[in-house]
This record gives sequence, structure tokens and C-alpha cells, in this order.
Amino acid sequence: MELFDILMTASFWAAAVRIASPLIFATMGEIICERAGVLNLGIEGIMVIGAFTGWMAVYSGTGLWGGVAVAMAAGMLFGLLHSVLTVPFGLSQHVVGLGITLLATSSASFAYRLLLPEVTSPPRIVPFQPYEVPMLSEIPLIGPALFAQTPMTYLAFATVAVVALVLYRTPLGLAVRAAGENPSAVASQGLSVTGLRMGAVIVGSGLMAVGGAFLTMSAFSSFFFEMVNGRGWICIALVVFGAWKPGKALLGALLFAAFDALQVRLQQTPLGAQVPYQVFLMIPYVLSILALVLMSRRAEVPAALMVPFNKGER
Amino acid sequence: MTAIKTEAQDVLRLTNISKSFGATKANSDINFALKKGEVIALLGENGAGKTTLMNILFGHYTPDTGTVEAFGQMLPPGKPGAALAAGIGMVHQHFTLADNLTVEENILLGTEPLWKLGLGRAAARARIVQLSQDFGLAVHLAAKVGLLSVGERQRVEILKALYRDARVLILDEPTAVLTPQETDALFVTLRKAVALGLSVIFISHKLHEVMAIASRVLVLRHGRLVGEVAVADTDKHALAEMMVGAEVAPPEIAAAQIGAPILSLRAVSVVSQGTKGGLQDIDLQLKSGQITGLAGVSGNGQAALADLLSGLIVPDQGEVEIDGRAIAQWSPRIALSNGIARIPEDRHKTGAIADFTLTENVILESFKSAQFSRRGWMNKAEADRFARHVIDTYDVRCPGPATPIRLLSGGNMQKLILGRALEPGPKVILANQPVRGLDIGAVTYVQSRLIAARDAGAAVLLISEDLDEIMGLSDVIHVISEGRLSPGFARGSKSATELGIWMAGHGFAEDAA
Repeated sequence: MELFDILMTASFWAAAVRIASPLIFATMGEIICERAGVLNLGIEGIMVIGAFTGWMAVYSGTGLWGGVAVAMAAGMLFGLLHSVLTVPFGLSQHVVGLGITLLATSSASFAYRLLLPEVTSPPRIVPFQPYEVPMLSEIPLIGPALFAQTPMTYLAFATVAVVALVLYRTPLGLAVRAAGENPSAVASQGLSVTGLRMGAVIVGSGLMAVGGAFLTMSAFSSFFFEMVNGRGWICIALVVFGAWKPGKALLGALLFAAFDALQVRLQQTPLGAQVPYQVFLMIPYVLSILALVLMSRRAEVPAALMVPFNKGER
Repeated sequence: MTAIKTEAQDVLRLTNISKSFGATKANSDINFALKKGEVIALLGENGAGKTTLMNILFGHYTPDTGTVEAFGQMLPPGKPGAALAAGIGMVHQHFTLADNLTVEENILLGTEPLWKLGLGRAAARARIVQLSQDFGLAVHLAAKVGLLSVGERQRVEILKALYRDARVLILDEPTAVLTPQETDALFVTLRKAVALGLSVIFISHKLHEVMAIASRVLVLRHGRLVGEVAVADTDKHALAEMMVGAEVAPPEIAAAQIGAPILSLRAVSVVSQGTKGGLQDIDLQLKSGQITGLAGVSGNGQAALADLLSGLIVPDQGEVEIDGRAIAQWSPRIALSNGIARIPEDRHKTGAIADFTLTENVILESFKSAQFSRRGWMNKAEADRFARHVIDTYDVRCPGPATPIRLLSGGNMQKLILGRALEPGPKVILANQPVRGLDIGAVTYVQSRLIAARDAGAAVLLISEDLDEIMGLSDVIHVISEGRLSPGFARGSKSATELGIWMAGHGFAEDAA
């Protein structure tokens, strides 16, 4: 009964969409990277960098959208580093990715201490405010969930559409996908595999950073260290869940977020008084693993994912 | 070399092309011209320089000397893009297709400017459908390439070239992977292409296909153009002789002390699998102290025979016998434990593990033996000692036993494999193309070692496409053609021309009658 009550509240659905938003950005970023054949495990750290730089920019007086741009640029910079190491140098994508995550996370701490040596609690900024779309936001349940969110959430949904269109409806997207499937097919048409892959990693990393910036600029209005809290790793799983397709990955992000919103509310029910709260915290992860097992059986992994390409070799 | 006459009809002209890799001359001084609307076949054994020549033509390699002209324009050397733009389309032996993309996407890849909205799929689809009708290339555009048969994939590759307005199609061993029916369909397509004014270069070593499709044949041997004939003026025997060479230079070899049969096949048949041909009713005896040569154009069942003798496949019918006794179970390990040593055809793929050291590679077949392992622990010192012994005895030039084998030249890698095979004192040696791709010095060395093993009482099977090599080394020669084995011919009892007749598939008919 309680479950049904929760599912019928508008605030539950609104929370689910809000929780999904950063995941959507970062998952789209990871899809772009992996479709081009590069696994980007720097995602966790790049989200931290995005969260920090966006927030810091706004705190220093930049506008909110300026903050988003700064976060994106910072993410692209780490994406550039990742892509130089993994694409032309062909280093292990696992090692480079984890290295980028460590570097980005600790760079954020370092910069924080350097820029704000005196503060004991992190300063707050004025975040993006919800924008209620006239008429549409008054639809029961769906209205508050989809049409009374902050502009960044709308941007997240727009990003899914753009990524899907570019991947499936433009020559560029075709070339990116082919680079992740059979780079020699791309090279034999006179296109640069290196250029395509580096570009994909850089743009994808930019989107990851915007996902991180959502946390400070749209959700929490402040920056603290453990705020990304494994969301990057969830996105890696969401890419698999979505079978490397933007639309399916969007559904996966919403599903995970719904479970997350649900467990918070279940904790406040009479049941929550009897069951340790850690069990509720596990719910979204356990259900995600189940969904992953069920959904990803027939997924088609990009054939050249994690395979470096050297022009001279066969 | 005859001078090439300049004609307005020439779509492609190669002049004085030479290319060396180190000491090996892959192509020397090759001249030919391709006319509009003709199919020429480039015939030659593996290693004759066909692929090198085509890679020069397509701009993958830069020639040492010589020029390529397409439609009267000089092509800049080493630029595949220029060859593509000039209307030269190449269908590689190994396809360059992305399996998870659809047929349509594979064809469209790279044909439009990258920074453009929309793929223009509707117009593209109409054109592809038109092309596939014109050329008889039925494909399902929305299907993922990974789900297609090999023949269908080849059609996609050809469509890719046609979609880019190719006027010259180069097909590198296109029938190697096709079934006979698919080959027939390919030939229909090629005839349509020629009728529409395209020109085709067809690379092959299958004589009957060359006779069926080409109007002119160029024969390459050891990097030289040794013949250019119109198909109407020649036949399979003459081509076979031209291709393998008739000159014989026998190495020093003493009379054989032939002993008892060690490894025998009795009425063995193997069903053909994929591209690997089958075997029909084979009787073969490998006798102690004898080199048995297996001659034949490649792809006629040599691979199946080699796999069968080394235990990789089991006969569907018939018996494998060792020392006159039928073997109940047959596997590579049983073959090894019965003293059958192998020199595999492809030393890089099946002969060695590239990133393993010389020591590790040299004990690959015997690492479980008491010599190299005790209670599950490897005896590293003994393995290293053995590796040093092989390196010294077989003159393997290398920095040391800890070197990864991929750093060695082909000849030195082959010497190590030879040492691995010969050192345990095998009773049978299966040498499949043991000198392919080696320089003259290494060739002589490997051959003299095989002769020495024969003189020590081993039964040697020598599989080669080089008739000179077979005739020079073998005490008895069998010819294999389409999975059938000829009777054994004693040394010197058949001329190259007579063997060529068997290689072309004649002679067997008399047996059947």
C-alpha cells in the first residue's frame, strides 16, 4: 500500500527525474567515447572536476550558464589528456582512465584548499531555479516531473536527442560508430581514426563534466568532496544497460533514479523503522544489477572497444 | 620485357615497377597495362609478389622505382586516397567492414563530408539498389554485416567500390573464401561490370578460375613478370608450368635408405569445412628414411592433410596407422607422443606465440615433459639450457633466450621452430611450407636439416607449392588436387610438365574409370 502511495505522489516522480539528470549527461558522454572505441574510466573524476569548476566559477561571479561552460571546458581538458594517452599513444584505457579519475579528484581538492584556505564549510551559490512550463506543468504526475525542473534537466533531455541524432543521422556519427567497430574500415576511406576518437573522448568528457556541474549548480548549491559518490561508475553500467544506445540509456538512468527516489521514501515508512536503512540504500544497486543481467544479454558491444589502432599494423 | 604500346584504351599502366624489402626483391621491373573493359588475371604462387604489386598500385606501398598511371594521369606514389579518387577500387582478401553496422552504413561510410546534417539515406539507398541490380549484387541493405555470409560480405565490398565510382576493380584472391556457387555468382557480376566498361584485375592461383574469367593472364614468379598470354592461346598445363617454374636445381642429396612405413593413412576421407577443402579416399605411407613430397596448387586439400596428420582433425572415414597399427584415438598430443614433429605452415599464427620468449616458445610442445617440469613446477634453468642449445645448434641469430620471438626475422624464427621439432629426434616430420618467405641462405639451411633428419631415419613429409623444391628434395612425390592424392612417383620419374598435368586435376580420371 505504501509503495502505491509513493508511486502516486508527484514529488516522487519529480525527484526521480532530478536524480537522473546528472546521470543522463555523463552516460551520454560515456556513450560517445565508447561508440568511438575508447572506454573512459576517467568519468568519475571528470564529474568531480565539473562539479567543482562550475560551482567555483559561479561563486567567483560568473553567471550560471557561464559556470556550465567553464565546467564543460574543464572536462574537455581532462578528456584531451585522456585521449592523447589512449589514442595516439595507445596506452591501456583502464589504467589511463583510473589515473584520470585520481588526478581529477585530487586536483579538485587541491584547488579547493588553494582557493578557499580559510573556510570551514563550503560557501553556497544561488543555483538554477525550476522553470515551470506553462500548461504542461499542470498535468497530474507527469507535469511536475517533466515540466517543472531546472533548465539543466531540460538540457539533459535535449542532449539525449542531439547525441542520438548525430550518432545515427549524420556522416560524422557514422564515422564515429565505425571507428568503434572497425577502425581499418574508417582508415581505408581516408578518414582519421585518431581524430575521430580524440574528438569523441574530448566531447564526451565535456558532457561528463556538465553532469558533475548539475550536482553543484542545480541540485545541492554547494560543493563537497564525496558528492559524486560513484555516480560515474553507475553511468558505466548504464551504458551497458542501454546497449550503447542513447534512448535506452536514458530509460536506464530514469529507472535507476526512480529506485533511488523510492528507497529514500521507503525509509520513512513504518517498514523503514524495522529494517536497517542500509538495506534500502542497496535497493537501487541490487535492482540495477538485476536489470543489467536481464537487459544486456544481447547487447552488441562496439567491436573495437578498447582496441588501440595503429595505422601500420594489420 | 616487351615495351608497352601506348593506347588510348589503357585505363591503367604500370611502368618499371620494382620494390625490395631488405634483401628480398618482391617486385622487379614489372610493366603492364590494363585496357578498358577487360579482365586480366594476375597469377602466381604465394610470395610471388602479387599482393605487393597491388599494394603499390593502390598506394599502400611506395615503389623503389617505376610509375603508376591511371586514365592517363600519373598517380602520386604511396597515396591510397589518390588511387581511390582516380577510380581504383580494391576488394581486399580480408574485408574492411564493420560487423555491427548495417550494409548501408558500411557502404556510406566516408562518402559524405563529415560536418553535414543528415546522411541523405533515401538518395543513397536508391543508388545502391540501382547498382546492386545493374551488377547482380543482391544484398539486404538493413542487415548487419556481422550476420552475413562471406559471399554476401564480398558483395558489400564490391558495392562499396562501385558506390565510389570505381572504374577499375582489383580483387585479391576473391574466390579463396567462396563456395563454388558464390564463385559463379561473382563471375556473373564481373562479366556485367566488364560489359558496363569497367576493368578488372583478378588475383588468383586457381587455374580453372583464371581460364574461366580472364581474357589475359600475367604470370608472376619470384617478383618477376615471367609471362603474359591471352587465355585463348594457352591452357591450364602451360599456365601451371609457367607459374611454378620448370627449371630444376637439385640440392646435394644422397640415395635414400628407405625403411618401414611409420605413419600411414588408409582410405581416409575428410568432409570439407568452410574454406578448408576436404580429402577423398587418401592412401599415404610416410616411410622411415624417405622424404615424401606433396605437390599441388594451394587450397587443394594440403591444409586438411597437414591437420589430419598432426592430429588436429580426425578422419571421417578410414584409418590412421602408426607403425602398422590403427590408432583408436587421434589428437595432437597423441601425435606428439608418438614422435610426430610439426613445422606449421604459418609460423606466426600457429608456430609460435609472438610475445613469448624464445625459451617459452621452444618448450611449447614439451613443457609438460619430465625434462621441463617437476610436480607442477617449471624447470626454468633446464628450459633455458635447452633454448641455448637449440640457438647454438641451429644457428638462431638472436640477442638471447629471453628475447620475445616476435623480434626475430622469419628465417631465425623458422630455425628455432625447426630446432624445436628436430631436437627430440622425431620419427615423423611434417614440414608444411618450411621455407616460405625465407631468404636463400635460410632456405638452404632448413632443407639441409630436413635431408639430415631423413638420413638419420625420420620419415619426412614436405608440403610445398614450389615444384622445384618438391622435385629437388623428395624421394617420392604425390600430387594433391581437389582433395585427391595421386599415386607416388619415384624421384626423377616425372617431369615438371607431367606433374603439372596432375596438378591441374588430370590423371585422376583414369583411376576412377
